[in-house]
Amino acid sequence: MEVKMTGITKSFGHNSVLRGVDFGLHAGEVHALMGENGAGKSTLMNILTGLHTADSGEILVNGSERTFANPKEAEVNGISFIHQEMNTWADMTVLENLFLGRELKNGIGWIKTKEMKAQAKGVFAELGIHLDLNRDVGTLSVGQQQMIEIAKSLMTNAEVIIMDEPTAALTEREIDVLFTIIEKLKSRNVAIIYISHRMEEIFRISDRITVMRDGVSVATKNTKETHNDEIVRMMVGRDLEDYYPEKHAEIGEVVFEAKQLGQEKVFKNISFQVKAGEIVGFSGLMGAGRTEVMRSIFGIDPLDEGELYLEGEKLLIKSPHDAIRKGIGFLTENRKDEGLILEDSICDNISLPSIDGFKKHLLIDTKAEHDFADMLMKRLNVKAMTREDPASSLSGGNQQKVVLAKWVGIGSKVLILDEPTRGVDVGAKREIYQLMNELADRGVAIIMVSSDLPEILGVSDRVLVIHEGKLAGELSRTEATEEKIMTLATGGY
Amino acid sequence: MKNEVENVQIGNKKVSYKDLISKLGPLLALIVLMIFVTVLNPGFISPHNILNLLRQVSTNALIAFGMTFVIITGGIDLSVGSTLALSSALTAGMIVSGLDPILAMVAGVAIGFVLGAVNGLLITKGRMAPFIATLATMTIFRGLTLVYTDGNPITGIGDSFIFKYMGRGYLFGIPFPVVLMLVCFALLFMLLHKMTFGRKTFAIGGNEKAAYIAGIKSDRIKIMIYAISGMMASIAGIIITSRLNSAQPTAGTSYEMDAIASVVLGGTSLSGGRGRIVGTLIGALIIGTLNNGLNLLGVSSFYQQVVKGIVIIIAVLIDRKK
Repeated sequence: MEVKMTGITKSFGHNSVLRGVDFGLHAGEVHALMGENGAGKSTLMNILTGLHTADSGEILVNGSERTFANPKEAEVNGISFIHQEMNTWADMTVLENLFLGRELKNGIGWIKTKEMKAQAKGVFAELGIHLDLNRDVGTLSVGQQQMIEIAKSLMTNAEVIIMDEPTAALTEREIDVLFTIIEKLKSRNVAIIYISHRMEEIFRISDRITVMRDGVSVATKNTKETHNDEIVRMMVGRDLEDYYPEKHAEIGEVVFEAKQLGQEKVFKNISFQVKAGEIVGFSGLMGAGRTEVMRSIFGIDPLDEGELYLEGEKLLIKSPHDAIRKGIGFLTENRKDEGLILEDSICDNISLPSIDGFKKHLLIDTKAEHDFADMLMKRLNVKAMTREDPASSLSGGNQQKVVLAKWVGIGSKVLILDEPTRGVDVGAKREIYQLMNELADRGVAIIMVSSDLPEILGVSDRVLVIHEGKLAGELSRTEATEEKIMTLATGGY
Repeated sequence: MKNEVENVQIGNKKVSYKDLISKLGPLLALIVLMIFVTVLNPGFISPHNILNLLRQVSTNALIAFGMTFVIITGGIDLSVGSTLALSSALTAGMIVSGLDPILAMVAGVAIGFVLGAVNGLLITKGRMAPFIATLATMTIFRGLTLVYTDGNPITGIGDSFIFKYMGRGYLFGIPFPVVLMLVCFALLFMLLHKMTFGRKTFAIGGNEKAAYIAGIKSDRIKIMIYAISGMMASIAGIIITSRLNSAQPTAGTSYEMDAIASVVLGGTSLSGGRGRIVGTLIGALIIGTLNNGLNLLGVSSFYQQVVKGIVIIIAVLIDRKK
């Protein structure tokens, strides 16, 4: 299948997300789609698969103009989208998942399990997948679930498969299996649109690369004729030094120290220090245990062993309440589920961790609370009509600023930021970096977990790399490079 | 930058049309219902009947106030009727055995509080679904009541003025249960809408995980909330025991239904995070008006149940439309 998208534009309200994108796909190629978060990759793919309609522009499928009404219609017509959050049903078996919604039935609706099994086995054999069809999908690894999704799309005769960050949660071995499958798909003349941030993979698997930035397609290159630096330059659009604001904070005494932290089967022997004014970046593959370390420091999950010290004083943290009282703030990676109460107002969200401080004669001092929220909204430049707007009405970047405002509001001495710029547009990203620098200036010790390597390199004073629950190494700002971090993150030396 | 700050201040006074409807909807329904009943039977609006209606409403309203907190957290308390019966029976038993009635009442309310806290513990520490936990304690508390009373009413509570006053007394011409209801309403209104406890209640209902990460001791708050619910049921129990001058082992049966209905009619969302205690008061008045009005109109009590159910369905359907 040949797909050609030309001059695609799309706005959501006043926010123009795509401003003229060209994208072409040949049958049987792996075409990498790259760009920063917020560059418009997902929107473009959602337009192709009919979730959104383009404001203008043209989509040609095999030479004739074609738009799909919804993702289901796109799928029937051979375009499948495998999302990062997978569409599998944990309590159903592999077989049930494969045929969900299109079970083979006889005249009275009886499901023909035998035929379904035969078909599934055929596809599995072709892709080289070995999985028990009767197993519950919930018991499978993310990589295995992904294979089910790929098999599913083949069974609907997909000619184009879009994979969004397919390796984000995979182990090295699973990545190898995935790439073997991709090769097999190519030989069947299936085209793959491969969305990923990982340079190494892109160069290993793709035939062509299209880079997007701020809603436009910058260029399409043959993978063989380009190199790492060129792609990064096209993605960022300026030199890294410009993109990340310069940091001047003076680095002071050790504020926070973790000694020999461990949690059974998750992480072990994690020790590190963070000084006043310092930003320490935590890198590593997804599932390496970075987030888990932070969650247990903050008292969300229990710490099986190890000690925490704040300004030399030993901490006993059993719940987030304890951590907050000691002056630790934690922006979790999951803004919507853990960071915000979406239906509540911006003001209520900002004041929530500090609410006990607004007690005056048993009642809440509403005026003080409002002043507090207004002050923080102004300081963090939260763009909203009023403080009473529900948090759900804000854009991703502004929602993230509200979560940050909560933790700035408690006067955090230690601020843990887990993927602080995930799902945040480029402009707001820079504002968040600036705010981090400003907090560092005031002596806050900042820990940043990020899967975004350029961000880790651009923001951190020091980089700690976690591999399979252990500290794999430490790199200073001057030493750190993407290659060195990736080597440590994948268990190399 | 400057503009945004001004917007914040100006915008603060804005109340959206949609908001207004959802706030005034239940009140409007109550007024329409009262006019409707009055037209069919003018006797409804007489001061005597209105005071009577308020007194009838008071016990359900007290239970429903506690239930409002529970439902805002996304929970439910099915055990309130049984809690009412058990605490009433124990209170009556204490008075009969010679304990000072005031002390017995205080103990009764404390018992309600503890029974509610048991629900809270099962739900938080035992990680049980509120529906299941309170369904179980509903039968346990009822069973204990039957065991304690041997299935017979407890009578011979005596002539203590203060105990009689609880259900049968008047303060400035207003039945004391109504006064008690209004006092509890005022206190719980403050607790829910003006104090940090209420803010935390809403936060838990809106997103418990986010609330916990924001440092709210959600378990502790939830245990308190179920304890309050149990306490309100036991206060309602005192009124009923005083009125009947006896504690009935079957007292409070199916009271949870009227309480939940009042909360829902008042616009509190069963999925949690949203709600107003004023709405619950109005919801209780709607149910009270239905009961009282249908009686006045001579509708059989069998039909009354059908009508009550239909009204709830209509109210919720209208609420969904908004």
